[in-house]
Amino acid sequence: MASVDAALISRVVERFGKDPQRLMDIVREVHGELGHVSEDAVDSIAGVLGIHRVQVADMASFYSFFDREPGARYTVRLSNCVVDKMNGMQEVAAAFEKAVGVRFGQTTPDGQIGLRYTSCTGMCDQAPAALINGLVVTGIKPADVPAIVEALKREHGKVGGSVLFPNAEVQLNLRQAGPVVLGPFENGSAIRKSLALSPEQVIDEINKSKLRGRGGAGFPTGMKWSFCRKAKGRHFLICNADEGEPGTFKDRLLLTEAADLLFEGMTVAGYALGAVEGLLYLRAEYAYLWPRLEQVLSRRRRHGLLGQNIAGREGFDFDIRIQMGAGAYVCGEESALIESLEGKRGAPRDRPPYPVQRGYKLEPTSVNNVETLCCAARIMEKGADWFVKHGTRDSTGTKLLSVSGDCKHPGVYEVEYGITVDKLLQLVGGEDAQAVQVGGPSGACLAPKDYGRKISFEDMPTGGSIIVFGPKRDLLKHVLDFTEFFAEESCGWCAPCRVGTTLMKMKLEKILDGRGTASDLEELKQLGTTVKMMSRCGLGQSAANPVLTTLQNLPELYRKRITAKDFIPHFDITAAFSEQAAVTGRKFVDHEEAHA
Amino acid sequence: MSGQTVKITIDGSVVEAREGLTILQAAGEAGIYIPHLCYHKDLLPGGHCRVCTVKVNGKPINACTMVVGGGMVIENDTAELNDLRKSIIEMLFVEGNHICPGCEKSGNCELQALAYRFGMMSPRYPYLFPAKQVDGSHPNVYIDRNRCILCGRCVRSSQEKDHKRVFGFEDRGIQMRLAVDSERQLAETDLAAADKAASYCPTGSLVVKRVGWKMPVGTRKYDKEPIGSDIAGRRK
Ligand SMILES: Cc1cc2nc3c(=O)[nH]c(=O)nc-3n(C[C@H](O)[C@H](O)[C@H](O)COP(=O)(O)O)c2cc1C
Ligand code: SF4
Repeated sequence: MASVDAALISRVVERFGKDPQRLMDIVREVHGELGHVSEDAVDSIAGVLGIHRVQVADMASFYSFFDREPGARYTVRLSNCVVDKMNGMQEVAAAFEKAVGVRFGQTTPDGQIGLRYTSCTGMCDQAPAALINGLVVTGIKPADVPAIVEALKREHGKVGGSVLFPNAEVQLNLRQAGPVVLGPFENGSAIRKSLALSPEQVIDEINKSKLRGRGGAGFPTGMKWSFCRKAKGRHFLICNADEGEPGTFKDRLLLTEAADLLFEGMTVAGYALGAVEGLLYLRAEYAYLWPRLEQVLSRRRRHGLLGQNIAGREGFDFDIRIQMGAGAYVCGEESALIESLEGKRGAPRDRPPYPVQRGYKLEPTSVNNVETLCCAARIMEKGADWFVKHGTRDSTGTKLLSVSGDCKHPGVYEVEYGITVDKLLQLVGGEDAQAVQVGGPSGACLAPKDYGRKISFEDMPTGGSIIVFGPKRDLLKHVLDFTEFFAEESCGWCAPCRVGTTLMKMKLEKILDGRGTASDLEELKQLGTTVKMMSRCGLGQSAANPVLTTLQNLPELYRKRITAKDFIPHFDITAAFSEQAAVTGRKFVDHEEAHA
Repeated sequence: MSGQTVKITIDGSVVEAREGLTILQAAGEAGIYIPHLCYHKDLLPGGHCRVCTVKVNGKPINACTMVVGGGMVIENDTAELNDLRKSIIEMLFVEGNHICPGCEKSGNCELQALAYRFGMMSPRYPYLFPAKQVDGSHPNVYIDRNRCILCGRCVRSSQEKDHKRVFGFEDRGIQMRLAVDSERQLAETDLAAADKAASYCPTGSLVVKRVGWKMPVGTRKYDKEPIGSDIAGRRK
């Protein structure tokens, strides 16, 4: 390989302290310089790090933002989330193919532009969206595409610098700020209040607030911190900013508008846990936020709110490092996130042991969602008694919801726990919804008969994704989209999820094709049950939810689609031979008619 | 591991389990067979196949990784769990290209043996017919990825037993595949004929050359008795 590349790789590896656990960063930088991670680069990275090439290849091949083959100068990654599709993504894709002259999955012969699809980019409130070399482009209409492509052809796309193409802007879309998370906040106030207490007292206050995790699982935060603190070892705090659930973008808003509050919450957690290092795992799609977040961190260090002897307290040291992800939804699962932080493929671990016992570097680790940590800071600032005044008895505080789909006002809403789906639909202008997906694809699909249900841990929990389906939508198509998403994002470690998600997808395709029978519905349910019951992590355990919840709540969707026949084979021989039939000009004989 | 024991219940029988053992190990000591595939007693558990899933106090739990706890009420040999396990075996059959009648591992293959044990006639799922790579480059060992079920035994045994790193994985999801520690093929790795890694494959995917047909079909391990009989035979 060219010696210049070898020199570059040595330099990068040295800069990360020759630490194999920083493999994500090393590969990311090398990828940034060379445009892909070649076989030679894999060898060279392994050589300098003193590890095996199979370890480097294992990790690099796992993440969708690392290309193993030479990529294009500019890669357009069009978000193919359900909500993007609802907003005309397919037309935009066609416009790109026309303007660029290649299909999705291909690169122009001169290597200038490549077209790819990518999973939800967290821009559903301004869909369709795309990432062009990391730059976010939103609200794309087919008519915008020629100008974007023209800019890329003439290299005016300057990523990171002054950007010339249209739509390269992320709207905030904050529709309703509530009093708890998004109320006015004075920097340092939560830290000072916490330092007046012992770490145990801070945990007591969090316990008193009944704060539960906002990332989806809803585990009591005080309890998590307490388990972690009590476990022996070097403690770590991780903030989960992977926000990959399709239809979720509330952490994006917090990272943009409330970075100080978040870092304050992380610092408070660091104090409570006795951790000296905090890590923020930021999804690759949000790389555009990185420089600004680093600025906030520097400012906080200058103001004595981070670093050594924080807020003047002798011996209270805590700092935060930002780790970029590289495109893998499963890395939002806390143990996969930890594996990824350690420079490996994002394969979840079997639990127990839980991260609070053995997490990052096998040390006690608390993983908390962005919103959870923001809440924690507010609780320390204003007190648990103030916090529990909001929400319901078991779901205290407020929740940030990311609302998208068929509604007049998509965006982020801070609402009190206990709000009904009905009330929410009025708020967002989506009263005519035929169904609402609460909690993203991992959540549940609710029919109008369920709109009286309350957003809360005791009734309808959600990490914050709300997707509204208007009356004209073909819901089953979106069930297929969701299922495809899980098949695409399955890490592959365990058999039921790896194979089962693909089989569910095939089954749905058959039904949507008009070739499904009543026995296919039974088999679909059985398949979904295996995937749900037998999978290793939360991804597999919820991958069948779109199928299972619609089979249960909206069975007529399926019944309308199936035929009266007893059995139709999966393999469609007529379709398989259609090309040959067209070439030879011979027609198929319908076997049933022929045998009648 | 301490000398203490805890009491657990498996399918209604009370079992004294040594503390620190996994459910799978404790059941095995008591002569209770929990079906498993990617697990091997010499190796650390991998958690890939999920065939050993049992219900602990009503919740599905992986038996090869979960450590016993006093008072656990475990369901194992139930119609529901056995059908779920069977359906995983069927998934593995359609995910690859398995040619049992012509496969040199037939009769000694744990995947095939589990299919027999669960009474699988043919998979209920459509075959995926994937295109897989075969690697015959090494003088003593060959890889046929058509029959690989990604159990990771070779990956683990190469590390744990041979203190090497000949095998790994690549890619993810349904594209995930077995990889070797060289740019192209097995011959370029440091795999030696005597390495233990080649002997842990439960199927006919990683096979030592020139010995496959030594033992006649019909006289092989699972030709004689169903998989798990040795464990169940230990039951007092
Ligand atoms: C497939 C999968 C994806 C997840 N993605 C996220 C995520 O993007 N952000 C998040 O905070 N939690 C996510 N979680 C939940 C985390 O595993 C974990 O429960 C959470 O980060 C804990 O923080 P909390 O207690 O503050 O909610 C995900 C879980 C699974 C199974
Ligand atoms: S359930 Fe899916 S994502 Fe989770 S470990 Fe298994 S294959 Fe990986």
